[in-house]
Amino acid sequence: MARKITYQQAINEALDQEMSRDQNVIVMGEDVAGGAGSPGEQDAWGGVLGVTRGLYHKHPGRVIDTPISESGYVGAAIGAACCGMRPVAELMFVDFLGVCFDQIFNQAAKFRYMFGGKAETPVVIRAMYGAGFRAAAQHSQCLYNIFTHIPGLKVVVPSNPYDAKGLLIQSIRDNDPVIFLEHKALYTMEGEVPEESYTVPFGEAAVVREGHDVTIVAIGRMVQKAQEAAADLQKQGIHCEIIDPRTTSPLDTDTILESVEKTGRLVVVDESHPRCSMASDIAGLVAENAFGSLKAPIRQVTGYHAPVPFSDALEELYIPSAAKIIAAAKSVKEYK
Amino acid sequence: MYPQKSNNLETTVTKPLTREDLLKAYRTMRTIREFEERLHTDFATGEIPGFVHLYAGEEASATGVCMNLTAEDHIASTHRGHGHCIAKGVDPVGMMAEIWGRTTGTCKGKGGSMHIADLSVGMLGANGIVGGGGPLVCGTALAAKLRGQPYVSVCFFGDGASNQGTIFEAMNLASVWNLPVIFLAENNGYAEATSSNFSVACDNIADRASAFGMPGITVDGFDFFAVYEAAGAAIERARQGGGPSLVEVKLSRYYGHFEGDQQTYRAPGEVQNIRDTKDCLLQFARRVTSSGQIAQAELDAIDAEVKALIDGSVVKAKSDPKPTEADLLTDVYVSY
Repeated sequence: MARKITYQQAINEALDQEMSRDQNVIVMGEDVAGGAGSPGEQDAWGGVLGVTRGLYHKHPGRVIDTPISESGYVGAAIGAACCGMRPVAELMFVDFLGVCFDQIFNQAAKFRYMFGGKAETPVVIRAMYGAGFRAAAQHSQCLYNIFTHIPGLKVVVPSNPYDAKGLLIQSIRDNDPVIFLEHKALYTMEGEVPEESYTVPFGEAAVVREGHDVTIVAIGRMVQKAQEAAADLQKQGIHCEIIDPRTTSPLDTDTILESVEKTGRLVVVDESHPRCSMASDIAGLVAENAFGSLKAPIRQVTGYHAPVPFSDALEELYIPSAAKIIAAAKSVKEYK
Repeated sequence: MYPQKSNNLETTVTKPLTREDLLKAYRTMRTIREFEERLHTDFATGEIPGFVHLYAGEEASATGVCMNLTAEDHIASTHRGHGHCIAKGVDPVGMMAEIWGRTTGTCKGKGGSMHIADLSVGMLGANGIVGGGGPLVCGTALAAKLRGQPYVSVCFFGDGASNQGTIFEAMNLASVWNLPVIFLAENNGYAEATSSNFSVACDNIADRASAFGMPGITVDGFDFFAVYEAAGAAIERARQGGGPSLVEVKLSRYYGHFEGDQQTYRAPGEVQNIRDTKDCLLQFARRVTSSGQIAQAELDAIDAEVKALIDGSVVKAKSDPKPTEADLLTDVYVSY
């Protein structure tokens, strides 16, 4: 039975249902409950933005507050996963990757290969990403491209509440390390979400909108922006096909290539910095594998090669807008 | 959730050693020594690929600690990990094949000397990242604690790693979660080519224990019995819910940081003097023979068996097949 809930509620529900299903699922991180050792309320925060609120009392002993020691507790989640637990560690802001990356990319990502296939590390690392909160340079980055670069990691970037729940359940049940990235501007987004448990498979892109003129591949929150742009472009007689990869590793290259073979035109929309990004990765993939189908140069609509700025006047310029996507789509449609 | 902690290691008594235990301890130490001496010789021929960091001289530490452990207990190791592997029960024949890069190796030739792991005996891996194991053992210990199992985890680390933030984070985390972890600092006097007299700010690494609310003790790492007893007390305390401890063993490595290290930073005659006066195998043999517990002939027989085992492991490793192109992309993920 589907009903409308938010992206944030969908994530909470996925955690709750998986914790009920499997005692090995634990949640850990800074203030995932909040109040540990304090005289006042326990589960005071339920996560810094309240995403894990309520799980502490429902699942006693399995929602574990940590010191502010990202290397320590992310590594502990990885170690626990090596002996069969299914920890979901919350990194709070993905920008904090900088203080624990070794445990993720040198330890978790490599165990299976380095140990000759004898290790499984079913850990999920959740983190918020993205700009739009006036949170400035150290709390607004995307960084999914960095994780995507690393063999051994899977990277999930849900763009809506339905996918958020299904992909998180899949992440928890998956036997490889998964980086699950939540755009903070999507937390209040509402959508139809079934009450029952379900999974959305990895490596299967969603064709969010069908069209024959221009393929728009958009990541995470940029799917919304692409939809705004496509609605406007439709009025101008340009029919866009929007593809949401949903996971950047594995990446559903087939769906992207099939669409470009149909439309002959590609715009990639990626909120992150442009260099070595998902946008450049997908552009390169299409250039290499569907060159003969292209009727126009590939266009990338991205953030800038600059830290995310604080002032709203600058941050709004930084974030890819529907207007920029429209301009890019028109330029490839009109290319002679 | 957590039992009361005491900061005293003397209240617990280590299991007394039987004759069989003594023979096993000697065999383990001799196996490590023979394995490492043989690698030292073979490395000089140029046939062994990559970086090799030898544990010779430090055998009493790995053996004294692991004689207190079962296969269900976990250890994390270091780049100097061969001794820990052998003491924890990893098959030396598979290890030798691994170091020679063969498909029959412990990790199918994909890990090499710095990444030998065997989770089936609780060996979480040698680790190429200094201090990488601290957070991981917090996770294996957390899993045991949440499941109500009496298993402990030991993090071996060196004087170099003692200055890494991961170790500080892990010690604090283990203490605030009251985890069954033993932080086992092997202070061999040198972090690569830099003396611990320079790099460690306090007199003893164990002095740092009080800062993390745990007991700390420094013992003679050339003395198997001293290590066995100190580690045993810490392990027993952890098993009973008493929380983490820091045990520092002071010892020396007989070879360089890596094979090929000219060791000009060491004093002339430093290693020979230690070999002549403190060697753990000599001390052990003298003690158990002079007490009449073990006959010299029994130790000689073990020496011969171990030599045959290691000789055989090298012959086998040299003739075993190397991995092929078909192995290049296997075991990156469980599924992708």
